[in-house]
Amino acid sequence: MFEILLDATVKAGTPILFATLGAIINERAGIINLGIEGLMLVGALAGFAGTYLSGSLLVGVVLAFCATFIAGSIHALITVQLRGNQIVSGLALTMFGVGITALFGKGMVGKTIVGFERVAIPGLSKIPIIGKAFFNQDLLVYFSFLLVFLIWFFFYRTRWGLAMRSVGQNPAAADTCGFSVSKYRFLAVTVGSGFVGIGGAYLSLASTPMWIENMTAGRGWIAVALVIFASWSSPRAMFGAYLFGGITAMQLRFQAMGTNVSAHVLQMLPYIFTIIVLVISTVRLQKGGNQQPEGLGLPYDREDRK
Amino acid sequence: MWFLVVMSICFATSAFAVSAMEELRPGFIYVGPVGDAGWTYSHDQGRVEMEKLPYVKPSTFIESVPEGAESARVINGLVRKGHNLVFTTSFGYMDATIDVAKRNKDVVFMHCSGFKTAENVGTYFGRMYEPRYLSGIVAGKMSKSNIIGYVAAFPIPEVIRGINAFTLGVQSVNPKAQVRVVWTQTWFDPGLERDAADSLLDVGADVLAMHQDAPATMQAAEAHGAYVIGYNSDMRTFAPNAFLTAPIWNWGTLYRTLAEQVHNGTWKSKQIWAGMKDGLVELAAFNPKVPAEVQALVAEKTAAIKAGTFHPFAGPIKDQTGKVVVPAGKTHTDGELLGMNYFVEGVQGTLSK
Repeated sequence: MFEILLDATVKAGTPILFATLGAIINERAGIINLGIEGLMLVGALAGFAGTYLSGSLLVGVVLAFCATFIAGSIHALITVQLRGNQIVSGLALTMFGVGITALFGKGMVGKTIVGFERVAIPGLSKIPIIGKAFFNQDLLVYFSFLLVFLIWFFFYRTRWGLAMRSVGQNPAAADTCGFSVSKYRFLAVTVGSGFVGIGGAYLSLASTPMWIENMTAGRGWIAVALVIFASWSSPRAMFGAYLFGGITAMQLRFQAMGTNVSAHVLQMLPYIFTIIVLVISTVRLQKGGNQQPEGLGLPYDREDRK
Repeated sequence: MWFLVVMSICFATSAFAVSAMEELRPGFIYVGPVGDAGWTYSHDQGRVEMEKLPYVKPSTFIESVPEGAESARVINGLVRKGHNLVFTTSFGYMDATIDVAKRNKDVVFMHCSGFKTAENVGTYFGRMYEPRYLSGIVAGKMSKSNIIGYVAAFPIPEVIRGINAFTLGVQSVNPKAQVRVVWTQTWFDPGLERDAADSLLDVGADVLAMHQDAPATMQAAEAHGAYVIGYNSDMRTFAPNAFLTAPIWNWGTLYRTLAEQVHNGTWKSKQIWAGMKDGLVELAAFNPKVPAEVQALVAEKTAAIKAGTFHPFAGPIKDQTGKVVVPAGKTHTDGELLGMNYFVEGVQGTLSK
């Protein structure tokens, strides 16, 4: 039973994990992105359409990345180049994503594709309890593991990662050191958006291989919240995404097993969890353990005087 | 003051009874996108069907209109553009429909699934429990594990009625089978619906049914090699092997009848709750995997339901605790059906009171 639960947890958590990782990259460079929900939809549609038209899942994933990369560059243009309000631009991006995918997705409704299948990793998938859940999944899940590591490695073990963090922390200082703030921020927003798009594509290519309008159903907003829970760290994002996926999976399975716990109590669990998370992160904040980039949400203008 | 007088004169002159209409310009308000492959899609099929009538001018639809007060603006827009027959196709449009209707007495409004009427507002809905019962027979016959899963949206009477009718159908042919319910608390979230369906398959369900708007449950059954009963519209493209049949809506017949009545001037405001007899609800064509004897049994019950000799909610009916709710010889009244808030025997799941 525990094995099955863990397996469902990873499946439910993966789209949120991709989106959270993408959002972390954005925010590490100092740009708030509330367009995650819209970007996920763009990724879901692009991924599905790409796979449907080409017959290749890889093409779908690449297309999802490219489409959200382009959509994200709108946000980047407004917030980085034009120094517009990041909140407004992000919200507009979500509305844009919902609308444009509804418009262009019409032809894809009701179409079917063969989605991602499970690929067992020899050896690792035989580990008791966790083996099946973590190493008998589809390729995108393995990619998400890799991405968690790569993002951590990039930010904490490379010069460019350090530069990008400093751009988010103190853009003026980074500028003085000779790093181009706008270049780093533009890259963070576009590449981050691309990974958010893969999260959307996970829904339309792996979870439920189909396209339906608005199929992300609010997962983008969960990702926005998880960024704070994860205090801008990719390994913690993994923990948060699985915790959230796990609680949903658990309450559904309790119902399916026919436990006599009231469905209403079970459905409260995700919200109780949210409150607990808020309390924990607030306490951590007071202890000074908060990792929020100092320059988050502030447009940077070299000519500005502070 | 003068303004008020002018206003009241305007109201007085427009308050004549609904009379025959030469030409109909129908307008539709949909809650979801036409491409949802489910609820809205089925209404839109009905709209297209109605348009074939010679006196019906090309109709208009507005999709994905949020429920609530905001919808009044959209309904009003349709009226102002000259539509004289307006269909509002979701429960949440009820008050907005009544509100707009008050100010436009020369327009006929039809509200789907609500309970408020006015002299120019009628309601309509279908006895979906009839084909649900029949689909239960199919599920009961096809299940080997005797665990049948049901992915359900919200614990409201409409959904509960469907689960109960389905379960009564299951139990009529397979008393050992139980129906396990998982609530998703959403009409539409493909990912969550899929997860809910998976959770039922994990505990051994080999036939699934559902009351959701997305076809995610179909895909789960297909992937697990289980069977599935669809809903809303024929969704077999999503599960060519798993699909058995589906209780579906067929709005076209009703829409044509209503258009005819409005055209002739015979339309009167009432609450329509039509069943299989009227062709509003039906069972989709069977997958050839359903054995001929099961198909024959369903055909027999279908005939009995249409003839009025059989009612799915005829007693004796026991609730989950085994208490007799409807004694033999009695049948649930329409009122009781519309307010149903208990599970019949054979359902595994909880309903908080």
